[in-house]
Amino acid sequence: MSNIMTAENLCLWYGNTQALKSVNIEIPEKSITALIGPSGCGKSTFLKTLNRMNDLIPGVKITGDVSYNGTNIFDPSVDVNELRRDVGMVFQKPNPFPMSIYDNIAYGPRTHGIKNKAKLDDIVEKALRDAAIWDEVKDRLKKNALGLSGGQQQRLCIARALAVKPKVLLMDEPTSALDPISTSRIEELALQLKDEYTIIIVTHNMQQSVRISDNTAFFLLGELVEWGNTERLFSQPNDKRTEDYITGRFG
Amino acid sequence: MNKKKLLENVIHGVFLILGLITVGCVLLITVYLVISGIPAIREIGLFKFLFGKKWESSAAEPSFGILPFILTSIYGTAGAIVIGVPIGFFTAVYLAKMAPKRIKAVMEAAVSLLAGIPSVVYGLVGMLILVPGIRKLFKIPDGASLLAAIIVLAIMILPSIIKVSITALEAVPKEYEEASLSLGATPVETYFKVSVPAAKSGIATAVVLGVGRAIGEAMAVMMVSGNVPNMPSLFGSVRFLTTAVAGEMSYSSGLQQQALFSIALVLFLFIMLINATLNFFLKRDKEK
Repeated sequence: MSNIMTAENLCLWYGNTQALKSVNIEIPEKSITALIGPSGCGKSTFLKTLNRMNDLIPGVKITGDVSYNGTNIFDPSVDVNELRRDVGMVFQKPNPFPMSIYDNIAYGPRTHGIKNKAKLDDIVEKALRDAAIWDEVKDRLKKNALGLSGGQQQRLCIARALAVKPKVLLMDEPTSALDPISTSRIEELALQLKDEYTIIIVTHNMQQSVRISDNTAFFLLGELVEWGNTERLFSQPNDKRTEDYITGRFG
Repeated sequence: MNKKKLLENVIHGVFLILGLITVGCVLLITVYLVISGIPAIREIGLFKFLFGKKWESSAAEPSFGILPFILTSIYGTAGAIVIGVPIGFFTAVYLAKMAPKRIKAVMEAAVSLLAGIPSVVYGLVGMLILVPGIRKLFKIPDGASLLAAIIVLAIMILPSIIKVSITALEAVPKEYEEASLSLGATPVETYFKVSVPAAKSGIATAVVLGVGRAIGEAMAVMMVSGNVPNMPSLFGSVRFLTTAVAGEMSYSSGLQQQALFSIALVLFLFIMLINATLNFFLKRDKEK
Protein backbone atom coordinates (compact mmCIF):
# COMPACT_ATOMS: atom_id res chain seq x y z
CA MET A 1 0.00 0.00 0.00
CA SER A 2 1.38 3.41 -0.89
CA ASN A 3 1.41 6.38 1.41
CA ILE A 4 -0.92 9.21 0.48
CA MET A 5 0.37 11.65 3.10
CA THR A 6 3.63 11.89 5.01
CA ALA A 7 4.96 14.32 7.58
CA GLU A 8 8.67 14.94 8.04
CA ASN A 9 10.15 16.84 10.97
CA LEU A 10 6.91 18.75 11.32
CA CYS A 11 7.08 21.38 14.05
CA LEU A 12 4.36 23.89 14.87
CA TRP A 13 4.27 26.86 17.22
CA TYR A 14 1.32 28.89 18.46
CA GLY A 15 3.19 32.10 19.23
CA ASN A 16 5.93 30.93 21.57
CA THR A 17 4.31 27.64 22.57
CA GLN A 18 5.48 24.64 20.61
CA ALA A 19 2.50 22.42 19.89
CA LEU A 20 4.14 19.85 17.60
CA LYS A 21 7.69 18.59 18.02
CA SER A 22 9.32 17.06 14.99
CA VAL A 23 6.51 14.74 13.93
CA ASN A 24 7.31 12.00 11.41
CA ILE A 25 4.53 9.77 10.16
CA GLU A 26 3.28 8.02 7.04
CA ILE A 27 -0.41 7.65 6.21
CA PRO A 28 -1.17 4.62 4.00
CA GLU A 29 -3.82 5.05 1.34
CA LYS A 30 -7.34 3.65 1.90
CA SER A 31 -6.83 2.88 5.53
CA ILE A 32 -7.92 4.34 8.84
CA THR A 33 -5.28 6.00 10.96
CA ALA A 34 -6.30 6.92 14.50
CA LEU A 35 -4.58 9.70 16.43
CA ILE A 36 -4.81 9.20 20.19
CA GLY A 37 -3.41 10.91 23.26
CA PRO A 38 -4.51 13.02 26.23
CA SER A 39 -6.09 16.47 25.77
CA GLY A 40 -3.68 19.11 24.54
CA CYS A 41 -1.21 16.53 23.19
CA GLY A 42 -1.25 18.02 19.68
CA LYS A 43 -3.33 15.37 17.88
CA SER A 44 -5.99 17.85 16.71
CA THR A 45 -3.33 20.39 15.83
CA PHE A 46 -1.59 17.78 13.69
CA LEU A 47 -4.88 16.87 11.99
CA LYS A 48 -5.63 20.49 11.16
CA THR A 49 -2.17 20.92 9.69
CA LEU A 50 -2.92 18.28 7.07
CA ASN A 51 -5.47 20.47 5.28
CA ARG A 52 -3.90 23.71 6.45
CA MET A 53 -6.85 24.80 8.57
CA ASN A 54 -4.23 26.05 11.02
CA ASP A 55 -3.48 28.82 8.54
CA LEU A 56 -6.56 30.59 9.92
CA ILE A 57 -5.10 30.96 13.41
CA PRO A 58 -2.97 34.08 13.79
CA GLY A 59 0.57 33.57 15.06
CA VAL A 60 1.04 30.01 13.79
CA LYS A 61 4.53 29.07 12.63
CA ILE A 62 5.27 25.77 10.91
CA THR A 63 8.55 24.14 9.93
CA GLY A 64 9.19 20.79 8.29
CA ASP A 65 7.27 19.10 5.50
CA VAL A 66 3.89 17.56 4.95
CA SER A 67 3.46 15.97 1.58
CA TYR A 68 0.26 14.93 -0.10
CA ASN A 69 0.73 12.66 -3.13
CA GLY A 70 4.36 13.67 -3.20
CA THR A 71 3.79 17.45 -3.17
CA ASN A 72 4.74 19.58 -0.19
CA ILE A 73 1.47 21.20 0.92
CA PHE A 74 3.27 24.29 2.22
CA ASP A 75 4.82 25.02 -1.16
CA PRO A 76 3.77 28.50 -2.34
CA SER A 77 2.55 27.02 -5.62
CA VAL A 78 -0.04 24.88 -3.81
CA ASP A 79 -3.59 26.22 -4.02
CA VAL A 80 -4.87 25.77 -0.48
CA ASN A 81 -8.49 25.60 -1.68
CA GLU A 82 -7.58 22.72 -3.99
CA LEU A 83 -5.80 21.00 -1.13
CA ARG A 84 -8.84 21.31 1.14
CA ARG A 85 -11.01 19.96 -1.62
CA ASP A 86 -8.85 16.81 -1.73
CA VAL A 87 -8.36 16.62 2.02
CA GLY A 88 -11.81 17.06 3.51
CA MET A 89 -12.71 17.53 7.14
CA VAL A 90 -15.40 16.56 9.63
CA PHE A 91 -15.43 18.57 12.82
CA GLN A 92 -15.88 17.70 16.47
CA LYS A 93 -19.22 19.46 16.78
CA PRO A 94 -21.64 18.77 13.92
CA ASN A 95 -21.71 22.04 11.99
CA PRO A 96 -24.26 21.91 9.17
CA PHE A 97 -24.96 25.26 7.51
CA PRO A 98 -28.29 26.86 8.46
CA MET A 99 -29.74 25.88 5.09
CA SER A 100 -31.69 22.96 3.65
CA ILE A 101 -30.24 19.45 3.68
CA TYR A 102 -29.93 19.58 -0.10
CA ASP A 103 -28.15 22.94 -0.10
CA ASN A 104 -25.73 21.73 2.57
CA ILE A 105 -24.56 18.87 0.37
CA ALA A 106 -24.67 20.91 -2.85
CA TYR A 107 -22.65 23.74 -1.30
CA GLY A 108 -19.24 22.24 -2.08
CA PRO A 109 -19.97 21.12 -5.66
CA ARG A 110 -21.67 24.47 -6.41
CA THR A 111 -18.65 26.33 -5.07
CA HIS A 112 -16.51 24.31 -7.46
CA GLY A 113 -18.64 25.34 -10.40
CA ILE A 114 -21.26 22.60 -10.86
CA LYS A 115 -24.55 24.29 -11.78
CA ASN A 116 -26.41 21.55 -13.64
CA LYS A 117 -29.46 20.56 -11.56
CA ALA A 118 -29.53 16.90 -12.61
CA LYS A 119 -25.83 16.54 -11.91
CA LEU A 120 -26.20 18.15 -8.50
CA ASP A 121 -29.14 15.87 -7.70
CA ASP A 122 -26.95 12.87 -8.47
CA ILE A 123 -24.07 14.13 -6.36
CA VAL A 124 -26.36 14.91 -3.43
CA GLU A 125 -27.99 11.48 -3.55
CA LYS A 126 -24.68 9.63 -3.85
CA ALA A 127 -23.09 11.59 -1.01
CA LEU A 128 -26.08 11.00 1.27
CA ARG A 129 -26.13 7.29 0.38
CA ASP A 130 -22.38 7.00 1.00
CA ALA A 131 -22.86 8.62 4.39
CA ALA A 132 -25.68 6.17 5.20
CA ILE A 133 -28.26 8.86 5.79
CA TRP A 134 -30.16 8.88 2.48
CA ASP A 135 -33.10 6.80 3.70
CA GLU A 136 -33.61 9.06 6.69
CA VAL A 137 -33.63 12.35 4.79
CA LYS A 138 -34.69 11.59 1.22
CA ASP A 139 -38.23 12.86 1.89
CA ARG A 140 -37.14 16.11 3.45
CA LEU A 141 -34.22 17.34 1.41
CA LYS A 142 -35.69 20.86 1.36
CA LYS A 143 -36.01 21.03 5.16
CA ASN A 144 -33.51 22.92 7.28
CA ALA A 145 -30.56 20.75 8.28
CA LEU A 146 -30.59 22.17 11.81
CA GLY A 147 -33.78 20.18 12.44
CA LEU A 148 -31.88 16.87 12.32
CA SER A 149 -30.62 15.06 15.42
CA GLY A 150 -26.97 15.40 16.43
CA GLY A 151 -26.01 12.02 14.97
CA GLN A 152 -27.84 12.74 11.73
CA GLN A 153 -26.20 16.16 11.53
CA GLN A 154 -22.78 14.57 11.84
CA ARG A 155 -23.52 12.07 9.07
CA LEU A 156 -24.84 14.96 7.01
CA CYS A 157 -21.51 16.74 7.56
CA ILE A 158 -19.71 13.60 6.41
CA ALA A 159 -21.92 13.53 3.32
CA ARG A 160 -21.17 17.21 2.72
CA ALA A 161 -17.46 16.47 2.89
CA LEU A 162 -17.83 13.48 0.53
CA ALA A 163 -19.76 15.55 -2.03
CA VAL A 164 -16.60 17.30 -3.21
CA LYS A 165 -14.97 13.89 -3.80
CA PRO A 166 -12.01 14.14 -1.45
CA LYS A 167 -9.23 11.58 -1.32
CA VAL A 168 -8.54 11.98 2.38
CA LEU A 169 -11.10 12.56 5.13
CA LEU A 170 -9.93 14.14 8.36
CA MET A 171 -12.20 13.52 11.35
CA ASP A 172 -11.66 15.52 14.51
CA GLU A 173 -13.29 13.55 17.35
CA PRO A 174 -16.42 13.15 15.22
CA THR A 175 -18.33 11.16 17.83
CA SER A 176 -17.44 13.03 21.01
CA ALA A 177 -20.74 14.95 20.97
CA LEU A 178 -22.86 11.92 20.07
CA ASP A 179 -24.76 9.18 21.92
CA PRO A 180 -23.53 5.54 21.76
CA ILE A 181 -25.91 4.47 18.98
CA SER A 182 -25.00 7.39 16.74
CA THR A 183 -21.35 6.75 17.56
CA SER A 184 -21.50 3.14 16.41
CA ARG A 185 -23.23 4.22 13.19
CA ILE A 186 -20.41 6.66 12.46
CA GLU A 187 -17.84 3.96 13.21
CA GLU A 188 -19.56 1.52 10.83
CA LEU A 189 -19.64 4.27 8.26
CA ALA A 190 -15.92 4.94 8.63
CA LEU A 191 -15.19 1.24 8.07
CA GLN A 192 -17.26 1.30 4.87
CA LEU A 193 -15.66 4.49 3.63
CA LYS A 194 -12.10 3.24 3.88
CA ASP A 195 -12.62 1.19 0.70
CA GLU A 196 -12.64 4.46 -1.20
CA TYR A 197 -11.11 7.05 1.08
CA THR A 198 -8.16 7.47 3.39
CA ILE A 199 -9.41 8.36 6.85
CA ILE A 200 -7.46 10.03 9.63
CA ILE A 201 -9.44 10.24 12.84
CA VAL A 202 -8.65 11.95 16.10
CA THR A 203 -10.24 10.18 19.01
CA HIS A 204 -10.12 10.47 22.78
CA ASN A 205 -11.56 6.97 22.97
CA MET A 206 -8.99 4.16 22.80
CA GLN A 207 -11.66 1.51 22.28
CA GLN A 208 -12.78 3.39 19.21
CA SER A 209 -9.25 3.35 17.90
CA VAL A 210 -9.03 -0.41 18.45
CA ARG A 211 -12.41 -0.99 16.83
CA ILE A 212 -11.91 0.87 13.60
CA SER A 213 -8.31 1.81 12.87
CA ASP A 214 -5.60 0.00 10.94
CA ASN A 215 -2.85 2.19 12.33
CA THR A 216 -2.67 4.21 15.50
CA ALA A 217 -0.43 7.12 16.39
CA PHE A 218 0.08 8.12 20.02
CA PHE A 219 0.78 11.79 20.75
CA LEU A 220 2.01 13.18 24.04
CA LEU A 221 2.93 16.81 24.79
CA GLY A 222 3.33 17.62 21.11
CA GLU A 223 5.49 14.63 20.42
CA LEU A 224 4.53 11.65 18.29
CA VAL A 225 5.64 8.97 20.74
CA GLU A 226 5.05 6.04 18.45
CA TRP A 227 2.86 4.87 15.61
CA GLY A 228 2.17 1.67 13.74
CA ASN A 229 -0.25 -1.20 13.35
CA THR A 230 -3.10 -0.76 15.82
CA GLU A 231 -3.13 -4.31 17.09
CA ARG A 232 0.62 -4.29 17.64
CA LEU A 233 0.60 -0.88 19.31
CA PHE A 234 -2.05 -1.87 21.81
CA SER A 235 -0.61 -5.34 22.51
CA GLN A 236 3.12 -4.64 22.43
CA PRO A 237 3.84 -0.94 22.67
CA ASN A 238 7.47 -0.03 22.06
CA ASP A 239 7.52 2.95 24.38
CA LYS A 240 6.92 2.93 28.12
CA ARG A 241 4.78 6.08 27.83
CA THR A 242 2.49 4.41 25.31
CA GLU A 243 2.08 1.46 27.60
CA ASP A 244 1.27 3.72 30.56
CA TYR A 245 -1.32 5.58 28.52
CA ILE A 246 -3.10 2.57 26.99
CA THR A 247 -3.20 0.76 30.30
CA GLY A 248 -4.86 3.82 31.84
CA ARG A 249 -2.07 4.96 34.13
CA PHE A 250 -2.63 8.57 33.02
CA GLY A 251 -4.59 10.62 30.50
CA MET B 1 -36.88 41.12 58.53
CA ASN B 2 -40.10 43.01 57.85
CA LYS B 3 -38.18 46.20 57.49
CA LYS B 4 -36.04 44.64 54.78
CA LYS B 5 -39.08 43.39 52.95
CA LEU B 6 -40.67 46.81 53.10
CA LEU B 7 -37.52 48.35 51.65
CA GLU B 8 -37.57 45.77 48.84
CA ASN B 9 -41.14 46.66 48.00
CA VAL B 10 -40.42 50.38 48.06
CA ILE B 11 -37.46 49.93 45.71
CA HIS B 12 -39.54 47.79 43.36
CA GLY B 13 -42.16 50.53 43.34
CA VAL B 14 -39.66 53.29 42.63
CA PHE B 15 -38.16 51.37 39.71
CA LEU B 16 -41.60 50.64 38.33
CA ILE B 17 -42.46 54.34 38.41
CA LEU B 18 -39.20 55.24 36.67
CA GLY B 19 -39.96 52.66 34.01
CA LEU B 20 -43.45 54.00 33.56
CA ILE B 21 -42.08 57.46 32.72
CA THR B 22 -40.99 56.14 29.30
CA VAL B 23 -44.24 54.35 28.68
CA GLY B 24 -46.15 57.41 29.84
CA CYS B 25 -44.27 59.68 27.44
CA VAL B 26 -45.00 57.40 24.48
CA LEU B 27 -48.66 57.19 25.42
CA LEU B 28 -48.90 60.94 25.95
CA ILE B 29 -47.32 61.73 22.60
CA THR B 30 -49.44 59.18 20.76
CA VAL B 31 -52.69 60.37 22.29
CA TYR B 32 -51.79 64.01 21.81
CA LEU B 33 -50.85 63.49 18.16
CA VAL B 34 -54.00 61.57 17.38
CA ILE B 35 -56.26 64.07 19.11
CA SER B 36 -54.63 67.13 17.61
CA GLY B 37 -53.99 65.59 14.21
CA ILE B 38 -57.47 64.34 13.43
CA PRO B 39 -59.51 67.61 13.33
CA ALA B 40 -57.61 69.04 10.36
CA ILE B 41 -57.89 65.78 8.45
CA ARG B 42 -61.64 65.80 9.13
CA GLU B 43 -62.01 69.35 7.91
CA ILE B 44 -59.86 68.95 4.82
CA GLY B 45 -60.93 65.38 4.05
CA LEU B 46 -58.60 62.39 4.36
CA PHE B 47 -58.27 61.82 0.64
CA LYS B 48 -57.70 65.47 -0.20
CA PHE B 49 -55.17 65.74 2.62
CA LEU B 50 -53.12 62.65 1.78
CA PHE B 51 -53.34 62.82 -2.00
CA GLY B 52 -53.68 66.56 -2.64
CA LYS B 53 -50.76 67.79 -4.70
CA LYS B 54 -50.88 71.40 -3.57
CA TRP B 55 -49.71 72.80 -0.26
CA GLU B 56 -50.57 76.51 -0.04
CA SER B 57 -51.10 76.98 3.65
CA SER B 58 -51.00 80.75 3.78
CA ALA B 59 -52.81 81.59 0.54
CA ALA B 60 -56.13 83.46 0.59
CA GLU B 61 -57.79 80.19 -0.33
CA PRO B 62 -55.46 77.73 1.38
CA SER B 63 -54.94 74.21 0.10
CA PHE B 64 -53.55 71.46 2.27
CA GLY B 65 -52.37 68.52 0.16
CA ILE B 66 -49.36 66.70 1.59
CA LEU B 67 -48.68 64.25 -1.23
CA PRO B 68 -45.51 66.20 -2.17
CA PHE B 69 -44.18 65.77 1.36
CA ILE B 70 -45.07 62.08 1.57
CA LEU B 71 -43.50 61.30 -1.77
CA THR B 72 -40.43 63.39 -1.01
CA SER B 73 -39.91 61.56 2.28
CA ILE B 74 -40.35 58.19 0.58
CA TYR B 75 -38.12 59.04 -2.39
CA GLY B 76 -35.51 60.67 -0.19
CA THR B 77 -35.38 57.66 2.13
CA ALA B 78 -35.36 55.19 -0.75
CA GLY B 79 -32.56 57.10 -2.46
CA ALA B 80 -30.52 57.17 0.76
CA ILE B 81 -31.04 53.42 1.13
CA VAL B 82 -30.04 52.73 -2.48
CA ILE B 83 -26.77 54.61 -2.00
CA GLY B 84 -26.12 53.94 1.68
CA VAL B 85 -26.92 50.25 1.99
CA PRO B 86 -24.38 48.89 -0.53
CA ILE B 87 -21.64 51.12 0.87
CA GLY B 88 -22.52 50.27 4.46
CA PHE B 89 -22.99 46.57 3.78
CA PHE B 90 -19.69 46.04 2.01
CA THR B 91 -17.90 48.15 4.60
CA ALA B 92 -19.39 45.93 7.31
CA VAL B 93 -18.32 42.72 5.55
CA TYR B 94 -14.83 44.13 5.14
CA LEU B 95 -14.54 45.25 8.76
CA ALA B 96 -16.12 42.14 10.27
CA LYS B 97 -14.29 39.57 8.18
CA MET B 98 -11.35 40.82 6.19
CA ALA B 99 -9.77 43.96 7.63
CA PRO B 100 -6.44 43.71 9.44
CA LYS B 101 -6.77 44.60 13.13
CA ARG B 102 -5.28 48.07 12.87
CA ILE B 103 -7.30 49.19 9.88
CA LYS B 104 -10.39 47.82 11.56
CA ALA B 105 -9.73 49.80 14.75
CA VAL B 106 -9.23 53.07 12.84
CA MET B 107 -12.22 52.58 10.57
CA GLU B 108 -14.53 51.57 13.39
CA ALA B 109 -13.51 54.66 15.33
CA ALA B 110 -14.32 56.75 12.25
CA VAL B 111 -17.73 55.11 11.94
CA SER B 112 -18.50 55.83 15.60
CA LEU B 113 -17.45 59.42 15.12
CA LEU B 114 -19.69 59.73 12.08
CA ALA B 115 -22.58 58.53 14.23
CA GLY B 116 -21.85 61.21 16.80
CA ILE B 117 -21.78 64.21 14.48
CA PRO B 118 -24.87 66.40 15.11
CA SER B 119 -27.25 66.60 12.18
CA VAL B 120 -26.95 70.37 11.98
CA VAL B 121 -23.27 69.88 11.11
CA TYR B 122 -24.20 67.49 8.31
CA GLY B 123 -26.61 70.16 7.09
CA LEU B 124 -24.01 72.87 7.31
CA VAL B 125 -21.38 70.95 5.39
CA GLY B 126 -23.99 69.90 2.86
CA MET B 127 -25.06 73.51 2.41
CA LEU B 128 -21.55 74.82 1.94
CA ILE B 129 -20.07 72.03 -0.20
CA LEU B 130 -22.70 69.71 -1.60
CA VAL B 131 -25.30 72.26 -2.71
CA PRO B 132 -22.87 74.50 -4.66
CA GLY B 133 -21.19 71.37 -6.00
CA ILE B 134 -24.45 70.01 -7.40
CA ARG B 135 -25.30 73.42 -8.83
CA LYS B 136 -22.04 73.59 -10.75
CA LEU B 137 -21.87 69.94 -11.73
CA PHE B 138 -25.35 69.75 -13.21
CA LYS B 139 -25.55 73.42 -14.22
CA ILE B 140 -28.87 74.09 -12.49
CA PRO B 141 -29.87 77.43 -10.93
CA ASP B 142 -30.07 76.06 -7.39
CA GLY B 143 -28.26 73.03 -5.99
CA ALA B 144 -30.56 72.71 -2.98
CA SER B 145 -32.47 69.66 -4.13
CA LEU B 146 -33.74 66.18 -3.44
CA LEU B 147 -30.40 64.84 -4.70
CA ALA B 148 -28.49 66.83 -2.08
CA ALA B 149 -30.80 65.56 0.64
CA ILE B 150 -30.41 61.96 -0.56
CA ILE B 151 -26.63 62.19 -0.42
CA VAL B 152 -26.64 63.73 3.05
CA LEU B 153 -29.10 61.11 4.30
CA ALA B 154 -27.10 58.28 2.73
CA ILE B 155 -24.05 59.39 4.71
CA MET B 156 -26.05 59.85 7.91
CA ILE B 157 -27.45 56.31 7.84
CA LEU B 158 -24.05 54.69 7.22
CA PRO B 159 -23.06 54.32 10.90
CA SER B 160 -26.21 52.47 11.95
CA ILE B 161 -26.06 50.16 8.92
CA ILE B 162 -22.36 49.42 9.38
CA LYS B 163 -22.45 48.90 13.15
CA VAL B 164 -25.52 46.68 13.26
CA SER B 165 -24.33 44.63 10.27
CA ILE B 166 -20.89 44.13 11.85
CA THR B 167 -22.50 42.86 15.04
CA ALA B 168 -24.64 40.43 13.03
CA LEU B 169 -21.72 39.20 10.93
CA GLU B 170 -19.46 38.72 13.92
CA ALA B 171 -22.14 36.65 15.63
CA VAL B 172 -22.05 34.04 12.85
CA PRO B 173 -20.59 30.88 14.42
CA LYS B 174 -17.01 30.27 13.33
CA GLU B 175 -17.91 26.62 12.73
CA TYR B 176 -19.95 27.57 9.66
CA GLU B 177 -17.03 29.39 8.12
CA GLU B 178 -14.59 26.60 8.97
CA ALA B 179 -16.89 24.06 7.34
CA SER B 180 -17.04 26.14 4.18
CA LEU B 181 -13.27 26.64 4.03
CA SER B 182 -12.68 22.94 4.64
CA LEU B 183 -14.75 22.19 1.54
CA GLY B 184 -12.33 24.21 -0.54
CA ALA B 185 -14.30 27.47 -0.73
CA THR B 186 -12.19 30.63 -0.73
CA PRO B 187 -12.58 33.12 2.15
CA VAL B 188 -14.57 35.56 0.00
CA GLU B 189 -16.88 32.78 -1.23
CA THR B 190 -17.32 31.77 2.40
CA TYR B 191 -18.25 35.29 3.54
CA PHE B 192 -20.87 35.81 0.86
CA LYS B 193 -22.32 32.30 0.64
CA VAL B 194 -22.28 31.34 4.32
CA SER B 195 -21.64 34.28 6.66
CA VAL B 196 -23.92 36.84 5.00
CA PRO B 197 -26.90 34.47 4.61
CA ALA B 198 -26.47 33.40 8.23
CA ALA B 199 -26.52 37.06 9.30
CA LYS B 200 -29.34 38.18 7.03
CA SER B 201 -31.85 38.98 9.79
CA GLY B 202 -29.33 41.24 11.47
CA ILE B 203 -28.46 42.94 8.21
CA ALA B 204 -32.16 43.47 7.46
CA THR B 205 -32.49 45.03 10.90
CA ALA B 206 -29.61 47.35 10.03
CA VAL B 207 -31.38 48.48 6.87
CA VAL B 208 -34.65 49.10 8.71
CA LEU B 209 -32.82 51.17 11.32
CA GLY B 210 -31.32 53.16 8.47
CA VAL B 211 -34.79 53.76 7.01
CA GLY B 212 -35.98 54.96 10.41
CA ARG B 213 -33.11 57.35 10.78
CA ALA B 214 -33.54 58.72 7.25
CA ILE B 215 -37.28 59.27 7.37
CA GLY B 216 -37.14 60.99 10.77
CA GLU B 217 -34.30 63.37 9.97
CA ALA B 218 -35.32 67.04 9.80
CA MET B 219 -32.51 69.48 10.41
CA ALA B 220 -29.96 68.30 7.85
CA VAL B 221 -32.45 67.85 5.01
CA MET B 222 -34.05 71.21 5.72
CA MET B 223 -30.70 72.88 5.15
CA VAL B 224 -29.95 71.22 1.80
CA SER B 225 -33.29 70.49 0.14
CA GLY B 226 -34.50 74.00 -0.67
CA ASN B 227 -37.66 73.57 1.38
CA VAL B 228 -40.23 74.28 -1.35
CA PRO B 229 -43.42 72.17 -1.42
CA ASN B 230 -42.94 70.88 -4.97
CA MET B 231 -43.78 67.41 -6.15
CA PRO B 232 -40.41 65.64 -5.85
CA SER B 233 -37.88 65.66 -8.66
CA LEU B 234 -34.23 64.81 -8.29
CA PHE B 235 -32.87 68.27 -9.10
CA GLY B 236 -35.80 70.31 -7.79
CA SER B 237 -36.21 71.91 -4.39
CA VAL B 238 -38.39 69.78 -2.17
CA ARG B 239 -39.90 69.64 1.30
CA PHE B 240 -40.01 66.56 3.54
CA LEU B 241 -42.70 65.56 6.06
CA THR B 242 -40.36 66.49 8.89
CA THR B 243 -39.35 69.84 7.48
CA ALA B 244 -42.94 70.71 6.60
CA VAL B 245 -43.79 70.56 10.30
CA ALA B 246 -40.64 72.24 11.52
CA GLY B 247 -40.65 75.00 8.91
CA GLU B 248 -44.10 76.47 9.47
CA MET B 249 -44.83 75.70 13.10
CA SER B 250 -43.40 78.94 14.47
CA TYR B 251 -45.82 81.23 12.65
CA SER B 252 -48.82 79.01 12.00
CA SER B 253 -52.27 79.26 13.50
CA GLY B 254 -55.76 77.87 13.10
CA LEU B 255 -56.34 75.22 10.46
CA GLN B 256 -52.76 75.58 9.20
CA GLN B 257 -51.39 74.68 12.60
CA GLN B 258 -53.82 71.79 12.94
CA ALA B 259 -52.74 70.52 9.52
CA LEU B 260 -49.13 70.52 10.71
CA PHE B 261 -50.18 68.25 13.56
CA SER B 262 -51.82 66.01 11.00
CA ILE B 263 -48.55 65.83 9.07
CA ALA B 264 -46.78 64.89 12.28
CA LEU B 265 -49.38 62.15 12.76
CA VAL B 266 -48.69 60.78 9.28
CA LEU B 267 -44.95 60.80 9.99
CA PHE B 268 -45.61 59.08 13.30
CA LEU B 269 -47.55 56.32 11.53
CA PHE B 270 -44.63 55.82 9.13
CA ILE B 271 -42.26 55.42 12.08
CA MET B 272 -44.66 52.98 13.76
CA LEU B 273 -44.68 50.92 10.58
CA ILE B 274 -40.88 50.88 10.50
CA ASN B 275 -40.74 49.85 14.17
CA ALA B 276 -43.17 47.02 13.52
CA THR B 277 -40.96 45.82 10.67
CA LEU B 278 -37.93 46.04 12.93
CA ASN B 279 -39.65 44.01 15.66
CA PHE B 280 -40.61 41.44 13.08
CA PHE B 281 -36.95 40.91 12.11
CA LEU B 282 -35.73 40.92 15.71
CA LYS B 283 -38.37 38.39 16.73
CA ARG B 284 -37.55 36.14 13.79
CA ASP B 285 -33.90 36.31 14.82
CA LYS B 286 -34.73 35.20 18.35
CA GLU B 287 -36.87 32.29 17.23
CA LYS B 288 -34.04 30.82 15.19
